[in-house]
Amino acid sequence: MSQKLITAKRKTVSSIPRPRWQRVVRRFARRPMAVTGLILVVGFVLFALLGPILLSDPNQQDFAAILQTPSLAHLLGTDDLGRDVFARIANGARVSLMAGVMSTALALIIGITIGLITGFYRGWVDVIVMRIVDVMLAFPFLIFAVGLAAILGASLTNVIIALAVSQVPEVIRIARGEAMAIREQEFVSGAVADGARDGTIMFRYIAPNAMGAFIVQATVAIPAAIIGEATLSFLGLGVQPPMSSWGIMLTSAQQYLAQAPYLALFPGIAIALTALGFNLLGDGLRDVLDPKETR
Amino acid sequence: MSVLEVEHLRVEFGTENGPVIAVKDVSFTLEKGEILSLVGESGCGKSTVAMSIPRLLGDSHVTLGGSVHLNGVDLSAYSEKRMQEVRGKEISVVFQEPMTSLNPAYTVGNQISEVLLQHEGLSRRAALARAVELLELVGIPDAQRRTAAFPHELSGGMRQRVMIAIAVACNPLVLIADEPTTALDVTIQAGVLDIFRRLRDNLGTSIVLITHDLGVVADIADRVAIMYAGRIVEMASTAEIFAAPTHPYTRGLLGALPSRAIMQANGRRRLTDIPGLVPSPSTDPDQCQFAPRCASASIECTAARPTAEPVAVGHTVSCYHPAVGAML
Amino acid sequence: MSEQPVLEVSNLVKHFQSGSRLGGGRTVVRAVDGVDLTIGRGEILGLVGESGSGKSTVGSCIARLTQPTSGTIRLLGRDISTLSRREMRPLRSEVHVVFQDPYSSLNPRMTVGQIVTEPLRQHHRGGRAERNRIVSDMLERTGLSLELVGRYPHELSGGQRQRVALARALVLGPSLVIADEPVSALDVSVQASILNVILDLQVELGFSCLFITHDLSVVEFISDRIAVMYLGKIVETATRAELFRDPQHPYTQALLSAAPMADPSSARGRERIILSGDLPSPTEEISGCPFHARCPVAIDRCRTEVPRLLGVTSPEHQSACHLVTAENGAPHIKQGDKNLVHNAS
Repeated sequence: MSQKLITAKRKTVSSIPRPRWQRVVRRFARRPMAVTGLILVVGFVLFALLGPILLSDPNQQDFAAILQTPSLAHLLGTDDLGRDVFARIANGARVSLMAGVMSTALALIIGITIGLITGFYRGWVDVIVMRIVDVMLAFPFLIFAVGLAAILGASLTNVIIALAVSQVPEVIRIARGEAMAIREQEFVSGAVADGARDGTIMFRYIAPNAMGAFIVQATVAIPAAIIGEATLSFLGLGVQPPMSSWGIMLTSAQQYLAQAPYLALFPGIAIALTALGFNLLGDGLRDVLDPKETR
Repeated sequence: MSVLEVEHLRVEFGTENGPVIAVKDVSFTLEKGEILSLVGESGCGKSTVAMSIPRLLGDSHVTLGGSVHLNGVDLSAYSEKRMQEVRGKEISVVFQEPMTSLNPAYTVGNQISEVLLQHEGLSRRAALARAVELLELVGIPDAQRRTAAFPHELSGGMRQRVMIAIAVACNPLVLIADEPTTALDVTIQAGVLDIFRRLRDNLGTSIVLITHDLGVVADIADRVAIMYAGRIVEMASTAEIFAAPTHPYTRGLLGALPSRAIMQANGRRRLTDIPGLVPSPSTDPDQCQFAPRCASASIECTAARPTAEPVAVGHTVSCYHPAVGAML
Repeated sequence: MSEQPVLEVSNLVKHFQSGSRLGGGRTVVRAVDGVDLTIGRGEILGLVGESGSGKSTVGSCIARLTQPTSGTIRLLGRDISTLSRREMRPLRSEVHVVFQDPYSSLNPRMTVGQIVTEPLRQHHRGGRAERNRIVSDMLERTGLSLELVGRYPHELSGGQRQRVALARALVLGPSLVIADEPVSALDVSVQASILNVILDLQVELGFSCLFITHDLSVVEFISDRIAVMYLGKIVETATRAELFRDPQHPYTQALLSAAPMADPSSARGRERIILSGDLPSPTEEISGCPFHARCPVAIDRCRTEVPRLLGVTSPEHQSACHLVTAENGAPHIKQGDKNLVHNAS
C-alpha cells in the first residue's frame, strides 16, 4: 500500500470542514417539536418588542370598564383598574423575558467559567469554591434571590443580578461535574499531548462536549427565573410601577380569583407557553448540536 | 445422537433504525465431550448465537427462527418456565465479564450453592460442601476458606474460575463460554483454558467456545466454525482449519495474525489484511456476503448465495472458489 | 548506536497515593518502580507486560501526561522529567501519543479534518493552505480517503478512527511516538492493517516508537527490541529475535509459554508453564525480586535481595534475575517444581 501512496497523485483538501451550520439548520427543521419551540420563543420576543407599539397604552385606566370579561374591545378583558390585560401582557413580556433570559445567560457565563476551571484544576481552589457553593445551595433559590435583591435595591438590573447570582451555584456544580468527567477521557489527554493550553482544553475540548447539559440547565432555569422575578416584584423588590411583568400581574390577580379568574389565567398561560417554548427549543438544540444524533 | 443440534438459526432484532439480522442462518451440531469453537470478528453474530441457544435474549424486539435440539428434544417448544429449569442445569453459560456477572452482595459459596439448591434440591449443608469441591475442581487454592469470600475480594482470574464453578455446578450437558478469557491476562488465561480441557476430559462436558482469538482456538478446540456476517462460512476440525483453510475469509483471518507475518523482498515484515468493511446487518441479499472484500470473487458470487459444501471429511465451506492446499 | 538516543529513561519511579489524607489508611501504589530504558533513533521498542505491570504509566510519564515521582527522562538529550507544563509545551511536537481506545481518544465534537489539524494549530504551524496540504498528506499516508475530512469520529469504523489518531500523532513530525495498546481494541483483520501502516510510516518518516502492548504476537511482529515489565520493573530486555530464542527471566519464560499460538500442533505439543497465584497487589511492598512469590525456581536470595537488570550473557540482553549466570545462562523453569508444570493435553 505504501507504494500506491507514493505514486498516487497528490490531492489536497481545499478546506478543513467545520461543523456545518446548514446541516444543523436542516436537522433542526426536521423536528416539529423544536420548530414549535422556536416559533413560541420568537413569537413572544416579537410580541414583547412590537406589542407596546401597536397596542393601546397598558397603563390607561378606564374606571367605566373594570374587571371586564374578554370581549372584542378588550381581547383578554380588563383588570381591577380598568386596564387592558392584553396590552399589559405585551408590556410585561419585556420585563419577564429580560429577567428570565438575561439572568440565566449571566449565570451560565459566570457559572460555566468557574465550574470548568475548578473541575479542571481541582486542588484547593476547587475545595474552597465548592464549600461556598454548598453553603449557597443550602438556601432555596428564591430566599437567596430575595435577600440579595433586598440588599441591592429595587430595579430591573438588580433583579437580573440577584436572579443570576442565585443561579450561579447550580451552574457551577453542573459545569464542574462535566469538566471532571470529560477531562478523564483520552481525547483530553491527547490535547494535552498536543501541547494545547489549558484555556484551549477547557473551552475547545471540554465545554462543547458539555453543551447538552448546559442547554438542559438553561431551559429549566429560564422559566424558574421568570417566576423568580414575579416573586421579587410581588414583594416590592422587583420592577416598580408603572413598569409591569407577568409575575406582578399574576400576583395582583390573586385577590380577584373569585370574581375574575381570567386575570390570573392569562399571565399564567403566557408564562407556561414561554417555558414550553424554551424547553422544546432547548431539547431540539441539544439534539441537533450533538454530532452523534443521526437524524 | 448429537448433544446439541442447531438448525437454521436466525435472530432478528427490531431497532429504531430498522431490523438488524444478527444471525442469518446458522446450523451446527455438538457431540458429547466435544469443544466446538465459534470464531469471528465483532458483529459476526457469534455472541448472539451463544445467547439464543439458552434463549437468553429476552422477548421484546427479537424474532427467533430455526430450531435448537438438546439431546433430540426441541427446545423451541419449551415454555419460559421450563427453560428456566434447563438453564443452569442442562445448558450453562460463562460470560466474558466475571465482575459484572457475579452478585457483589453474596459470598462466592452462597452463589454456588444457590444453583445447587434450586436445581438439585440439595440441603444447604450438602450444597456448601459441593461448592468447596467445585472450587477445587476449577483450581482455586484454599477452597474451603474462599467460599466465604465476596466477589470483590477475588482477582479477575479467580472470579472467572468462580463463574465456571457456578456454570458446571449441576454438571450440564452443554457449557456455552462467551469469550471467557478475553478479559484475562495470558498467564491467567492459560490456567482457565486448562479447566475447560479438564471438564471435557473428566466430565465429558460438551463446550461451545465463542472467541475472536485464534490462539485460544488452536489451543483447545476440537472443531471450528468460522462465522462471517451472521453465517458459518467454513467448518472443520481444528487441525484442518489451520493446516488447510479453504474459505478466503478464513485464509484472510489467519494471514492477519501477527505470528504469520510475511517477509517481503525489501526485508520488511507485512501482514495480510482484509480490505473493506463488514456488510450492514440490516439486509440479507442473495449473494456471498464476503464477495465485496474477496480477491477471488467472480460474477457467480454476487448472483446467488453459496451453500455449505463438503471439501473433505467433516470439512464444509460456503464458497464457489475454495482455495486448495496449505497457506504459504 | 553511536548517535544520541531519542529517549533515555533512568530510574523512573511513579507512586500513586491513594486513600484520603484525613481518613488515615493511606496506601502507596507502586505503579512504576525504577525503570531504565533507551530508544535509539528510528527504533521500535516493544514494552510488554500484563495488566498492573505499570507499562501504561511508563508511557504516560514519558509523554508527561503524568508527573513522575522521581527519575530522569531525557528526550533528545534534554531532561524533561521536571519541566513545568509551560516549559514542556514547545517540546510536545517531539513526542506524541496514540491511545488504545479509538472511541474515546478523538473529540466527538470535531470533524476528522479539525482533529488532525489541531496539533498544527496548537504549535502555530503554517498558514491555512500549508495546514491543508500537511493534513491531506497525513490522511493519505495513513490510508484515509480525503472524503472523510468532514466526518465525525462516530461515523467511522474502529480501524478508520485509529488511522485518524495515528495521523494526528504524526502530523507534527515527532521524533518519538508512544503507542499505548493501539491495536488491542481492534479485530484481527483491522489490527493487521493498522500494524502494517505503523511499520510503513515508521520507515517513511523515521520516528522512534515506544509500543506498549500485552500481546506477545503483536510485540514480536512490530518491535526491534523488547522490554518485559512485571510489577513496575523491567525484568528483561533484548532484541526481538534474542528474546524469543532465549528468554532468560523465569517470568518471560512463563509468559512466552502461556501465550496463545495460532498453530494447533505446536500449541498442544509444547510444555506449558502455568504460574500459581495472581499478580500481587501493587500496594504491598515486596522485598527481593518482585516475581519471587510466583517463581517456580526462586531461592532464598530472591526473597531478600532485589536483582538488578544486568547483561550477564551479553550486554545487549539484560535480565533481572539472580539465577542467570555467565557460565550456565538462564534457569530453565521447566526443570523446577514439578507441581507447577503441566504438560498440555
